[in-house]
Formats: sequence, structure tokens, C-alpha cells
Amino acid sequence: MTKDDIKQVVLGIIADIAPDENLTAVKPEVRLRDQLSLDSMDFLDIVMELRKKHGIEVPEADYVQLASLDSCANYLHPKFEAKGK
Amino acid sequence: MSSKPRIVITGLGLTAPNGNSLGEFRANLLAGKARIAVIDVRHMGKHPAGVCDFDVTKWQKRKEIRNGTRVGSISIFCAREALGDSGLSWEKVDKSRVGVYLGITEHGNVETENEVHNLSQFGNDTKYWTHHHNPRTVANNPAGEVTMNMGITGPHYTIGAACAAGNAGLIQAAQMLQLGEVDIAFAGGVSESIHTFGIFAGFKNQGALGAHEDPTKASRPFDKNRNGIVISEGGAIYVLERLDDALARGARIIAEIAGWCINSDATDAVLPNPERQTECVRMALQRAGMKPQDIQIVSTHATATALGDIQECTALRTVFADCPDTRINNTKSFIGHCMGAAGALELAGNLPSFIDNWVHPTINIDELDPECALPGLVINHPIKVPRVDAILNNSFGMLGINSALIVKKYEVA
Repeated sequence: MTKDDIKQVVLGIIADIAPDENLTAVKPEVRLRDQLSLDSMDFLDIVMELRKKHGIEVPEADYVQLASLDSCANYLHPKFEAKGK
Repeated sequence: MSSKPRIVITGLGLTAPNGNSLGEFRANLLAGKARIAVIDVRHMGKHPAGVCDFDVTKWQKRKEIRNGTRVGSISIFCAREALGDSGLSWEKVDKSRVGVYLGITEHGNVETENEVHNLSQFGNDTKYWTHHHNPRTVANNPAGEVTMNMGITGPHYTIGAACAAGNAGLIQAAQMLQLGEVDIAFAGGVSESIHTFGIFAGFKNQGALGAHEDPTKASRPFDKNRNGIVISEGGAIYVLERLDDALARGARIIAEIAGWCINSDATDAVLPNPERQTECVRMALQRAGMKPQDIQIVSTHATATALGDIQECTALRTVFADCPDTRINNTKSFIGHCMGAAGALELAGNLPSFIDNWVHPTINIDELDPECALPGLVINHPIKVPRVDAILNNSFGMLGINSALIVKKYEVA
């Protein structure tokens, strides 16, 4: 799975948890909170969906790594690779 | 209660299985139209149930709906509709002086069952338990969701009162208005109980779950062949104000809260006690400064259980023995038992009688149970009466909680 694929995975999760948001123009380098109406519970939803759908764990100390699409991709890429995805 | 401020109803929003506005609800009650669906209950198969079909997205964003609860959506819909009905200029209202008081039979069963089921799909590993569980299941959830949706910063909480909850929410609000704790109250009752199999299973194993090949006939209070409760969801929320405030803003006054009583049987967890019900109704009448003859409509609580209906009839026969002009009806025969919303919805459906003088019936009586043959019972067809000045709304619940609420036509004193 490429980093671009991972960004699409994260966007897909956000589409489910924040269905009112327009995700067509999300800038990958900008913090998600700065361009979308997401709160702490939403980020916990992202963590939960990664766990449920992909078996990927994000420890609490690493939540900061989910700040933007770019940081998500950089952080999650080795985890997806470790899963053989 | 003459020394206390008079409390009036100035708005109403509702969703019932057979109507999403008072007009639609009332028209179906007068037309004898029940609406009960058959739903698939987890672990239990198909059962009759009252299902509401209001537009959830009318007042909520999709994210709110996803993160919140079904009863939160019901509450928000009803509260928003009540606000519109009240004519309040919301942008001018001091939101810190607004309270939300919602009666509930129970809360949290639906969300907990759903999450337990979800967890079973993941080997019961609790790391898959949703972080939304606690905000969804705290007992104040329905009222809290209303405050967040509407920006209300005054007090909010629910009143847990089993199936007497609809009345209890209104009574709590009236008391808070009289105390001066708030200036405007959103109050009533709400329920999402059809989404929990536990309620169905509990009633079934108690021998009190209604069934019929025609779901619209499954709820038949006072019929000799009644066989139990049809569980329904729903909500009815009222805007209550002190009379002086309502008059000052030129509000349309729908009715006045005249008197009430809540008491306890202290005898049995599920079998009602007609002596305590009698005392409850009489105390409400006393507080309203009324005699039984002053009541034109009694909206019964009867749920179509074998003994419960008889117990209520025993109480009513005692109180209204000399009241040939008092009419008695029942709303559960149309919509099932809306649990926490029942009392609030059942009152709502009768309020238009102050204007049109029609009394809606109780339906689904093919063979009247002689033990429920009250002289004033309006059976299967509505009747027109000379005038309606006062309505008694009964709502009773498990653990022996009884509530009687009297509302009257507003008249300038």
C-alpha cells in the first residue's frame, strides 16, 4: 500500500465519521483540524477504525502523528507494510 | 396553587408512530387510524412495534446523528418543532434562563446492547468498545443533546419515572418555573425503547408482550382478549412558561397546567395499586381546585395488560362514580406504549379537544372486558361533546409510580 493509498484510507474513515464535511479539497500538508470540523472524539474514531478495519494500533503517545494526511501517511506506512498490506 | 405563578403551554412538538405533528396525530386519532409496524427484534424475531418516521436530518447534522442516540434525535426534533410552534424569537431568548426536563422510562439499554453486540464481533476484546459509549448512555443524554443542538445553557436533566415519565417531565418543568429557576422550559417525555431487545424480552417473559396477526390490532386496552403491551418509540416536548411571561410576549396559549400529583404504591414492582392511583388522581384534583365532575376527558394509561387495565378502571370507577359527562379514552390502542413519551404524547393528542370539542376514542375493542366497562369509555368512534374545559392525563409505571396531570382550557381569570 502506497502513502497515497493510505491517505485515501484515512479520508475514507473521515468520510464515515464526519459525513457533513467536504473532503474534495483537503490539503495533505495542512492539519486536519485546521481545515475540517473535527474534535478529539473524531480522532479517537480514526484510531478505532484503523484498529477495527486494518488491525493497526496507534498508541496514545502517537496520536499527534495523525495531525495531517501527510503525517498520517508517513506514520502509518510502515505499520501497513508490517501487516503485509 | 393559587399563590404560585400560573403555568401555561405555549408550544408543542411531537413524533408518534402515526404522526409527526399535532395536526397529523390528531387527525389519525379522530379517524381511528392506528399505525403499528412489525420489526425484527435482535434475538427475538418479528414483533409489532410503533416506529416513528420523522425526518432526522431536519434539525441535525449527519455527524450529530452518528455520534448521538436515537432518543437524542427524537428529543431534538420534538424540541425544535415545539420552539417553532411557540412563536418565541429564539435569537432574543436568554438561553441561560431556559431549562430542559425530559421524562424517560429508561436510557442506555439500546446503546449498551448495540455495543455488547459489536464487541461480540471482536472476540469480546474491550479495546473495541466505543469511546462514544459514556456520552451516549449517561442518563441526561436526551436532554443534553437538546441543549447542545439548540445552544441552551440553563439546566438540563432527565426524569426517570418509568412509564409515568411523560407527566413527570411536565410536572418538573412546572415546578421549576414556579420556583423561578428558569423562564422557559422544554419538557415532556421521550423514548427509543423499540431498539432494545431487553425490553421486549422482559415483557415477553413477564407474559405482558402484546401480539396479534394484524399489528394495528395488537394494542387493545380494555378488550377482553387483550394480551399485553406493544412497545413504541416517540416523543412529545412542550414549551412551558409562566402565564405572565406568555401574555407579555403575546404568545398563543394552548392550555394551562392546573394541577398534578405523583405518588407511590409501595406494594408491588409491576402490579399497580388502585388505591394509590385513586389517591393520586384525587390529590391532583384537589390541587387543581376541581371536583371529578369538572373533568371532561380522562386520558387513561391502560397498556392492555390483563391486570393493569382492570386496576386503573377500578381507580377511575371510584373517583368518577358520579360523573356521567366525563369521557374516558386511550391512545395506546393507536400507537402502542411509547414508554417515557407515553404520558406526554397521550396528553398532546387530547389537547385539540379544547377547541373542537371532539373526544377521540380508544380503538380495537371487539369485545369489551366487563371489568373495564367504564360508563364514559369512548369506544372505537369519536364523540362530540358540548365543551371540554379540563383533561386528566394518567400515567403510571413500574415500581409503583403514579402520576396524574390536569390541564385546563386557558381562560382569563
